[in-house]
Amino acid sequence: MADRAQPVRPGAGIAAGLLVGAVVLGALAAVFWRAGGAVSPGPADWAAVRFTVVQALVSAGLSLALAIPVARALARRSFPGRSLLVTLLGAPFLLPAIVAVLGLLAVFGRSGWLNAGLGLVGLPPIQIYGFHGVVLAHVFFNLPLATRLVLQGWAEIPAERFRLAAQLDFGPGETWRMLELPMLRRIAPGAFAVIFGICLTSFAVALTLGGGPRATTVELAIYQAFQFDFDLGRAAFLAVLQIALTLGAALIALRLSAGEGFGAGLDRARARWDADGWALRATDAAAIALAALFLVVPMAAVAAKGLPGLLALPGSVWRAALTSLGVAALSLGVLLVLALPMVAALSGGRRRWIDLAGLLGLAVSPLALGTGLFILVYPVANPAALALPVTALVNAIMALPFALRILVPAARGIVADYGRLGAQLDMGRGPFFWRILLPRLAPQLGFAAGLGAALSLGDLGVIALFANHEEATLPLQIYRLMGAYRMEAASGAALLLMALAFGTFWLCDQKGRSHAAS
Amino acid sequence: MLHLDHLVCGARPFRLEADLTVAKGRIAAVIGPSGAGKSTLLNTIAGFQPPTSGHILWQGDDLGPLAPGKRPVAMLFQDGNLFPHLDVQTNVALGIDPRGRLDADGRARVAEALARVGLDGLGGRKPGTLSGGQQSRAALARILVQHRPLILLDEPFAALGPALKADMLDLVADLARAQAATLLMITHDPEDARRIADDTIVVGNGRADPPRPTADILDNPPLVLQDYLAASA
Repeated sequence: MADRAQPVRPGAGIAAGLLVGAVVLGALAAVFWRAGGAVSPGPADWAAVRFTVVQALVSAGLSLALAIPVARALARRSFPGRSLLVTLLGAPFLLPAIVAVLGLLAVFGRSGWLNAGLGLVGLPPIQIYGFHGVVLAHVFFNLPLATRLVLQGWAEIPAERFRLAAQLDFGPGETWRMLELPMLRRIAPGAFAVIFGICLTSFAVALTLGGGPRATTVELAIYQAFQFDFDLGRAAFLAVLQIALTLGAALIALRLSAGEGFGAGLDRARARWDADGWALRATDAAAIALAALFLVVPMAAVAAKGLPGLLALPGSVWRAALTSLGVAALSLGVLLVLALPMVAALSGGRRRWIDLAGLLGLAVSPLALGTGLFILVYPVANPAALALPVTALVNAIMALPFALRILVPAARGIVADYGRLGAQLDMGRGPFFWRILLPRLAPQLGFAAGLGAALSLGDLGVIALFANHEEATLPLQIYRLMGAYRMEAASGAALLLMALAFGTFWLCDQKGRSHAAS
Repeated sequence: MLHLDHLVCGARPFRLEADLTVAKGRIAAVIGPSGAGKSTLLNTIAGFQPPTSGHILWQGDDLGPLAPGKRPVAMLFQDGNLFPHLDVQTNVALGIDPRGRLDADGRARVAEALARVGLDGLGGRKPGTLSGGQQSRAALARILVQHRPLILLDEPFAALGPALKADMLDLVADLARAQAATLLMITHDPEDARRIADDTIVVGNGRADPPRPTADILDNPPLVLQDYLAASA
């Protein structure tokens, strides 16, 4: 169709895409330039690469393997609280990593609830630090995501198939073989690749639960090169390794991925006739209950442990909370300024490269990007002075792929439904954008904004490279309190951070929805 | 006068030829089998699809270089004729000023148009709170204030019941005649054509025939229309 039927202007979106591309590729170029030939990989570097890949493989495999029975149970059972549970599956995505780590420590840590229970019956305590701690935390984060992705697959099997299966008197075995297994073969590789990619770039978990020569990820090694040796060349070299890993994983995920896991329609169970036996009911109930416990108990632990500390938080925590809110607001502003023009440009046409520029955030890790920006900034300014704006920028670039995934399909629908009417009324591109596209996009915009703000609030990454000792975001402050063994203050601050992240998300999402409803 | 001058339209491999004129102030039905290209024809006249070759002339002027909103055309689509998040009044006002800024005179015209289609006092409602018939009336009120000399209807009333659809057709015919506008309306139902259309354009076999008086055509339908009418009877 001719370009004159396009109700939105692509120019600003092209500029935003170019800007994102310039920042990311500029940072990458700086990393490659700085790494150039100066360093050769030592055994510690290969150990970090090996650990990163192995823990990500195991984490992704376990998350997916555990998600399948949970998703299957959710797909074929309806019970009160089911839609609440499905909503809750989205929570760990918003939960700041450092908060989750504190919650897991409270449950599985040395003096945690589980070990207390084991001690009562005379069993030896379990260890959470090192490889299995990292994997445990990653499964905690990604089991819900995997469940949602797999559940999406179940939701996409047409209801008629299950009716036909009932007509043919399929039992659970036949249903599994004929309907469910083929679906999983299609869905599982993409879900695995997505989670593998996420685990590759995890930093806060490795920082708190890993460490040491046997449990250091590449991302953590970058941080250590900064923090302990201030060896920019080594950091740059590690960043190159990390970029190779994440780019590879992102390319594989792009090829294999089938869905986003944000999809609607998950809150209803299908009528099923093939799983009525009591044994199946019991296993489904157990799968759902265990998954719910695994999800809820650490979050409840954060609340329980944090409440006493919340009343006596040190001033530094409140200052850090204010800083974090400021960074999140700035990051949200940058995110919207980048995303909205890109969405407008993508809603009217194909322009695949803008989409790719938006996805760059998935292909680089925050610390690799931060290293590049540090190298660029270092000769001209004091990095510590730019810590907060750079953190906000990196957070926005990291949230951009998610925001685009949420906004672009909805915007395309709006243009398809109302573009002709707008053109017919000679609306012009400005009025169409402000009067039609934005208001109708409000629910998705609220959701994406909430996601972006919550991710930025909880982020512990680039800030750790740039910040000096006087200033900190809330996650960084919590990490410092943990390092100083001030666990009560850390727990209180974690509760505050959890409340801020969930509260901000809820507020933005709610605002979007109520705008749409009015 | 609308003149389609050796017009060829449609996206490959589909192809529709039209070489015809519709006199000013006439109401013409566009009738033919599904997939014959009726919507393609109207979308091309409205400027949503570029013609493959040929010209669309209104009162002698070539519309080709004009964007849809700059053409002397007001069009109602099958659905999506109102913005659901704006109230009825604002939806109608967009027909006067697409930026939605109205002076007292403009507001009076909106109120008058709403009264004319029988929606007095409903201007503050959102489209979603109206019945299907009321929504059609609101869209017609906007057509009224747009005051364009050429009105195109791509079956906007298809989802309404027969009695309501007849009411709407009468209303739209009244409005068009009052404004001396030329009206092209797609329909599947020969009764619609008989009801309001002076002329009928038959679309089929890759061409749109010049308009002929509706009664003549429906009483002695051409072959392509015979098959279609027999199949749908």
